Amino acid sequence: MKVLVAVKRVVDYNVKVRVKADGSGVETTNVKFSMNPFDEIAVEEAVRLKEAGKAQEIVVVSIGPAQAQETLRAALAMGADRAILIQTDEAVEPLAVAKLIAAIAKREEIGLAILGKQAIDDDSNQTGQMLAALLGWPQGTFASKLALEEGRAVVTREIDGGLETVSLALPAVVTTDLRLNTPRYASLPNIMKAKKKPLETTFAVDLDVDIAPRLVTLKVEEPPKRKAGVKVADAATLVDKLKNEAKVI
Amino acid sequence: MEIALNEDQRAVQDGVAKIVGRFDDEYWTRCDSDARFPHEFHQAMAEAGWLGITMPESLGGAGLGVTEAAIMMHEVARGGGGMAAASALHVNLFGPHPIVVHGTREQQERWLKPLIDGREKVAFGVTEPNAGLDTTSIETFAKKTAGGYHVRGRKMWTTTAQEADRLLLLARTTPKTECARKADGMTLFYTPLDRSRIEVRRIEKMGRAAVDSNALFIDDLFIPDEDRIGEEGKGFRYLFDSLNPERILFGMEAVGLGRDALRRASAYAKERVVFGHPIGQNQAIQHPLAEKWAYLESAYWMCLRAAWLYDQGQPCGAEANAAKLIAARAGYDAALQAVMTLGGMGYAKEYQVERLFRESVLPRIIPVTEQLILSYIGENVLDLPKSY
Repeated sequence: MKVLVAVKRVVDYNVKVRVKADGSGVETTNVKFSMNPFDEIAVEEAVRLKEAGKAQEIVVVSIGPAQAQETLRAALAMGADRAILIQTDEAVEPLAVAKLIAAIAKREEIGLAILGKQAIDDDSNQTGQMLAALLGWPQGTFASKLALEEGRAVVTREIDGGLETVSLALPAVVTTDLRLNTPRYASLPNIMKAKKKPLETTFAVDLDVDIAPRLVTLKVEEPPKRKAGVKVADAATLVDKLKNEAKVI
Repeated sequence: MEIALNEDQRAVQDGVAKIVGRFDDEYWTRCDSDARFPHEFHQAMAEAGWLGITMPESLGGAGLGVTEAAIMMHEVARGGGGMAAASALHVNLFGPHPIVVHGTREQQERWLKPLIDGREKVAFGVTEPNAGLDTTSIETFAKKTAGGYHVRGRKMWTTTAQEADRLLLLARTTPKTECARKADGMTLFYTPLDRSRIEVRRIEKMGRAAVDSNALFIDDLFIPDEDRIGEEGKGFRYLFDSLNPERILFGMEAVGLGRDALRRASAYAKERVVFGHPIGQNQAIQHPLAEKWAYLESAYWMCLRAAWLYDQGQPCGAEANAAKLIAARAGYDAALQAVMTLGGMGYAKEYQVERLFRESVLPRIIPVTEQLILSYIGENVLDLPKSY
């Protein structure tokens, strides 16, 4: 079975994000980028399936600028077999991303698509669900456990009330939650090998997908500064303030 | 001209940073206070293949250059472990170079593979108590006998000899007085560190307690012929080629340590409020830190310039020496300024900068002193008369 993993190049989670002076977006020049952490978990899960003999080939796909090749190489260094970059310098919205991935999934005859549950830049949490709808495949989102059985994927999902287990007929879409696994770090020999693995570059137009944005960003601004807290003398004052000032208890 | 890391080099940087990031301040504090070798860190780096970064691909290494090794060591030193983290790996990157160039295929298989895998560690026995930088005056002597050599002598400042399985040893095989040139008559060996014949005595020191430095007393150690590297009498020349890489790596380690100290100092200066505002708002606090950044940055690129020249096969003696000089000073100055910025807290172990400061003295002294670097530049770059 072929597994598709989608990876996104995002501003590194250690970077303190700054809003551009003109409010059009966040500052991305001279900023460190890396793979979306949830996508790292997705790559790791696919590599584990391959190591367990349950997947034969792992294809990683990214949509973004030429620099997203580095993100794909990082996935190849973790153990993916080949990479596809759908190159664009435009901002691509979740629906367009889902359409592009769907086109690749069909072309490549994918048996399972694993995606991060969301990207840490826009936090949309839509692509996996849209992809499942476009393909007409079942979906298991927020996975904290994934097991493949004969023709089915058993997914444990993290939901508000606890854990829910669903059984999906393959092909299917799975999105990863934080507790699914701990991604490995790439070893130096694998970083070297990744340079020789195939990386195909294609464009939305070649896949016959319209990626024109449907949304307009009006303004991006910094969250308001937090006000300083107050110190209270004792527990009784605290309870009093919570009751009568904050009115939360 | 593009003065920037390329994609592969950024992959090296990120790959190393991920492993280094798993070892926190508490780990390095404990290694320092317990004078304990950072085995877990060494093992993690070995398992991920980093100890073979400069080793040939045919032996399981990555075949990368000094540039990539320098980028790696910069990340290693700036992750909180400073010189202790760097020194736990350092000798692996340049030490075995004579074996790569002059060793037989059989020796390379026998020696380098266990080193790359992290199964064995090596100590570097060159410096002696009566011959510091004047290496040709070493007194350790290897007397030829049937099937090998009998060695007697003393070595000094031998790093990791408490942990090492092997000793890379430089010994005279012909007395200096009988050699046409003083750099002749020395031979290089790679041999088991036989503790029944070699007494290894730990030297207590100012910093970097986690990675031991030692005095060695070698009493009639037998080294078989098959443990000799290359030809007899050419050992010192074999070492020449690794001197410049070693300087570049020490320079980059100093910069890495300095950056870590500066990061801690800036974070503290931003948080610490005195007289109603953060101390980092005071120019007397802010400007010295900004200045240290500028010096660290220039030293970083000087080191990479020297590394690039080396990897291109061009002469880099002046650049490598200059890089080591300014990098070590930039690292030391940044670490000292970090202690001063934190004030009393800088003196407390909890804030880590006193440990980094103690370690930052080291790259100013080793592998070559500032005085000899300046003499080298005076003589070889400025064409002034030899001063020593």
